[in-house]
Amino acid sequence: MGNLIGQSVKRVEDKRFITGKGNYVDDIKIPGMTYAQIVRSPYAHAKIVKVDTSKAEAHAGVVAVFTGKDFADAGIGGVPCGWQVDFKNGDTMREPPHPILVADKARHVGDGVAIVIAEDRYIAKDASELVEVEYEVLDAVTNPAEAIKEGAPLVHDDIPNNTSFDWELGDKVATDEAFENAHHITTLEFVNQRLIPNAIEPRSAIGLYNEATEEYTLYTSSQNPHLIRLLMCAFVLGIPEHKVRVVSPDVGGGFGSKIHHYTEEVLVIWCSKQINRPVKWTAERNESFMTDCHGRDHVTKAEMAFDEEGMLLGLRINTKANMGAYLSTFAPAVPTYLHGTLLQGLYTTPAIHIDLTAAFTHTNVVDAYRGAGRPEAAFLIERLMDTAAREMNMDPAELRRKNFIPPFDGVEQPGYQTQVALQYDSGNYEGVLNKALELADYKGLREEQKKAREEGRIMGIGFSTYVEACGIAPSALVGALGARAGLYEAANVRVEPTGKVTVFTGSHSHGQGHETTFAQIVADNFGIPLEDVKVVHGDTASVPFGMGTYGSRSLAVGGSAIMLSIEKIKAKGGRIAAHLLECSVDDLEFADGKWTVKGTDKSVGFGDVSLTAYVPHNYPDGEEPGLEFSSFYDPANFTFPFGAHIAVVEIDKETGKVELKRYIAVDDVGNVINPMIVDGQVHGGLAQGIGQALLEGAVYDEAGQLLTGSMLDYTMPRADDFPMFEVDRTVTPCPHNPLGVKGAGETGTIASTPAVVNAVIDALSPMGVKDIRMPMTPERVWKAMHQNGN
Amino acid sequence: MKHSISMTVNGKEYSGEVEPRVLLVHFIRDHLGLTGTHIGCDTTQCGACTILMDGAAIKSCTVFAVQAEGAQITTIEGMASNGELHPLQEGFHEEHGLQCGFCTPGMIMTSVELLNQNPNPTEAEIRHGLEGNYCRCTGYHNIVKAVQYAASKQA
Amino acid sequence: MIPYSFDYKVADSLEEAFSLLSEAGENGALLAGGHTLIPAMKLRLSEPDTVIDISKISDLNQITKDGDILVVGALTNHATVARSGDVMTYCRSLGEAAGVIGDPQVRNKGTIGGNIAHADPASDYPGVLLSLNATVVAKSDSGSRSIAIDDFFTALFETALTEGEIITEIQIPVLGEGTGSAYIKFPNPASRYAVVGVGVVITLTDGKCTACRIGITGAADHAFRASVTEEVLLGSDLSTDDIEAACQHAAEGQELLSDLAASANYRVHLCSVMVKRAINIAVERAIG
Repeated sequence: MGNLIGQSVKRVEDKRFITGKGNYVDDIKIPGMTYAQIVRSPYAHAKIVKVDTSKAEAHAGVVAVFTGKDFADAGIGGVPCGWQVDFKNGDTMREPPHPILVADKARHVGDGVAIVIAEDRYIAKDASELVEVEYEVLDAVTNPAEAIKEGAPLVHDDIPNNTSFDWELGDKVATDEAFENAHHITTLEFVNQRLIPNAIEPRSAIGLYNEATEEYTLYTSSQNPHLIRLLMCAFVLGIPEHKVRVVSPDVGGGFGSKIHHYTEEVLVIWCSKQINRPVKWTAERNESFMTDCHGRDHVTKAEMAFDEEGMLLGLRINTKANMGAYLSTFAPAVPTYLHGTLLQGLYTTPAIHIDLTAAFTHTNVVDAYRGAGRPEAAFLIERLMDTAAREMNMDPAELRRKNFIPPFDGVEQPGYQTQVALQYDSGNYEGVLNKALELADYKGLREEQKKAREEGRIMGIGFSTYVEACGIAPSALVGALGARAGLYEAANVRVEPTGKVTVFTGSHSHGQGHETTFAQIVADNFGIPLEDVKVVHGDTASVPFGMGTYGSRSLAVGGSAIMLSIEKIKAKGGRIAAHLLECSVDDLEFADGKWTVKGTDKSVGFGDVSLTAYVPHNYPDGEEPGLEFSSFYDPANFTFPFGAHIAVVEIDKETGKVELKRYIAVDDVGNVINPMIVDGQVHGGLAQGIGQALLEGAVYDEAGQLLTGSMLDYTMPRADDFPMFEVDRTVTPCPHNPLGVKGAGETGTIASTPAVVNAVIDALSPMGVKDIRMPMTPERVWKAMHQNGN
Repeated sequence: MKHSISMTVNGKEYSGEVEPRVLLVHFIRDHLGLTGTHIGCDTTQCGACTILMDGAAIKSCTVFAVQAEGAQITTIEGMASNGELHPLQEGFHEEHGLQCGFCTPGMIMTSVELLNQNPNPTEAEIRHGLEGNYCRCTGYHNIVKAVQYAASKQA
Repeated sequence: MIPYSFDYKVADSLEEAFSLLSEAGENGALLAGGHTLIPAMKLRLSEPDTVIDISKISDLNQITKDGDILVVGALTNHATVARSGDVMTYCRSLGEAAGVIGDPQVRNKGTIGGNIAHADPASDYPGVLLSLNATVVAKSDSGSRSIAIDDFFTALFETALTEGEIITEIQIPVLGEGTGSAYIKFPNPASRYAVVGVGVVITLTDGKCTACRIGITGAADHAFRASVTEEVLLGSDLSTDDIEAACQHAAEGQELLSDLAASANYRVHLCSVMVKRAINIAVERAIG
């Protein structure tokens, strides 16, 4: 091993971005390209009585107009869902079609009704307003708890009670019993509000059809190009996969919203064939608000049972999860296997049960958004813990410590089997808490709080200790849980004849810095300079396969796939070296970029071996030329990062405005390849989690209109909403992957929301405030401060 | 009716014919092919389209190209000179002030003026000065450090 | 987001602007900095046939002092106002308000004339200009007219301007000895427009309040003066209790807005809090 792993190597991808030479989808221009504008329903629920495209078609510069009827006539059903969760009683999940354009009914504001394709985007925009759609507006329902009630307006006529599925996990009998025997029960009812991801790059897609070769190219701002190709070819359009190339070039942020297969990807591909010209569509921001997959949106009742000593006896959850109008790609997995399975938290709770109903509503689809289910789980556990500590008059740090699962490394001590299906890989929960308390100077903070209270200032300290499951996921396991795809990752490592290395990875990078981190791994393992490694991603024409980037899986799964190829190359290189050095492979050691005969100064370099592999004049018998290996890595388990976060807030007692004064994050993400990049991932995650606590929230009115439909109304976190973050780590390696890494992309988001809410409630608890709905806007905080006649 | 316009962009003269309604950001991206200037929000908020117009940071999504007649424009592509990065570009690289890179050109262009107006800003002044630029990746932590880096480099 | 097509004309002088405006009729729109007009056009909420660019008219973008009056040209952008030494010296709160409009890039383009002509209920300038007792000078081909700021903002997005009039300057009386001013706002967290923005100008003579003007923006469909609070303060010693009592009346007689950012009740409360805070700053400055 060299000296790059573990170093904060500056990113190799930066230069193109800081000089304006990034290549995002909307930057791409293709000769003959046309531009599309989608006509979207302004109503949440409306029958489409008539669509008249004649005026739009007659508009100068318009190339074509297509409607939902064109897709129905072509027999194109819609985009599929990639996960099946069946009812408790065994009934099949109710899975309505998700049309590319709707022909019969619009089911949420923004549902696509027609597409106008024109010579430029200005003409397309003008002509889109000439498409005349006659709607018959119907009643809508937007809240999942309301949607499943008898008599609620139906999103899909053939799906009773708007219920896609119901689901449970854990031991109901044991849990109910635990509550019967409890000394203390803490109960909270939450709305984990809907969030809008708002990657700063709006989604964009270009479809390109080559009539001569009958091949298609799709450029799309996706986290997941191979899966998009598979879904689109096999399940939507029925076109041959080997004749479709999907390219995700530079992508301006994803956060989950660009995982899923979107209707617009199908639209530009299908339309490009119809008109035999390239078609580009780029979302306007209001389209992003209406149609990028939203996140969260749970309505939950949560209860925790304790004995007299404050030991956890049971956890009981009832959740209604909003799916939106259709099932997005991973939507059924988010509130179930990415949420219910995390309810053990990092505590020894002996009895856990969750009962969940997934509801359709007249709103945009909900799917994975940074954290995807785990933030919802951490939120309810950690809100309950802080609340329980207060109710039982215990210190919140001590109550947690008391209930922690003891340390286990997954090697000497076995992994921890939870009550909710998962086996944690390794953990040292007390370790992160101790480090966070020390970093925060917890004792000092409590003294400061006491002093603040004496001075009439409102200060609060909030905790969140979490464990999450990422590095998804073992294919057989997720298959048993309803996934319709495997969740391995692929890599190809190609040593070029001159000893330079090209790495093709199925993990797409859109900010995570794979081009640097993966290069560090490869360069270190081969003992070559970082500059000699190039990482290629996001192109189905060059990358063998890929399951995409989400669930903090790139390093743990994608990096491990690269490790497999590295090992294969080292082994073959060793055989070639042994031949050149005329010794046995067993006599060789590989270090610093060369194979050396042990105990001698006889060696052959990496470059000599690679050249020999491609110019095999003097070569081992039976060895194939070339030095390139593809590998698929299917993980043995999820990985389980954990951490302890502490938020310190001060509240303006006259206006209710919350100021985040300090934020301390101690995470354990296993081994770290590039600390600078990991810190950056944590910072970004924190901003999104804190954003949920204090600023962000999608609001639909009763008619299903999205009231927060632009950045004028939906609060995006800004630079002056945050202090400098205080970030640190402990290191408990993952025992089951070759790098010992866990995943850092979502920890910040998972931990920070409850930490901040807990801090605000801690601040206001002397006024009898027990809970405040998120986002905790100044008005909500102010009202809470005055609700008890203060 | 189209209007003839000419302007200096990154030191080079450009002219063209545009409909009056063409936004400056579209002129820069689609007509001049300078795609480093981005469009993020459409409502004059996110700042991804920030450029310098006659030395002042402005949001090019909220200016018509015809308004830039005769103007001196600097975009992100004009920041490095003779292959040498501007201190802000260097700062964003050194301090890991970017992840996906989409907001970065706007962040850098806004910061140019921020440091012109206030060469030695406090952390709070930097955060306030970036009020018109959104980033979804970095939590702004390293962006603040990038601007501080450039400030100390230029001092 | 793309506007509808329009004709674009450049006016090099006011006279030319008047004639272009009259040619264009009621579907003509003036473009100065464009930071209220262009966003509305992009959303296709505003669809002028003719846009008349007046930004190149010289002399309208200067800040000058004429005796006891500070004259701010209508085309002066917010950044210039915020950084002006004269503004800081003679009517500080105007600079404070200019410095919190939008964000730095918006302040580099948006103009004071364009801002008040648009009369956005959540804009910062209306509140501070009411408190500063400004006068809006508007010209048309039939002459020039001075409009007291108290008469200027008439309703939601409506002003006292008549068709064919162009704001040329805003006149602000220089604040005298013993007078302090302040502008503060409680911003909408998403847009950063004012949920409640308060401008205060207060004069102390021998420890008593002898003059007081308070303008509130963002709270109602157009900016208004906190008249009852002003009356209660006049003649008082401005003790903490006096101020506290007076502020309770800040929104009296007004019907306040209710939206995603704040309910009407909360706005009533914010009006009193922000008025109190602005008064305290202004009083401190008046004492010097």
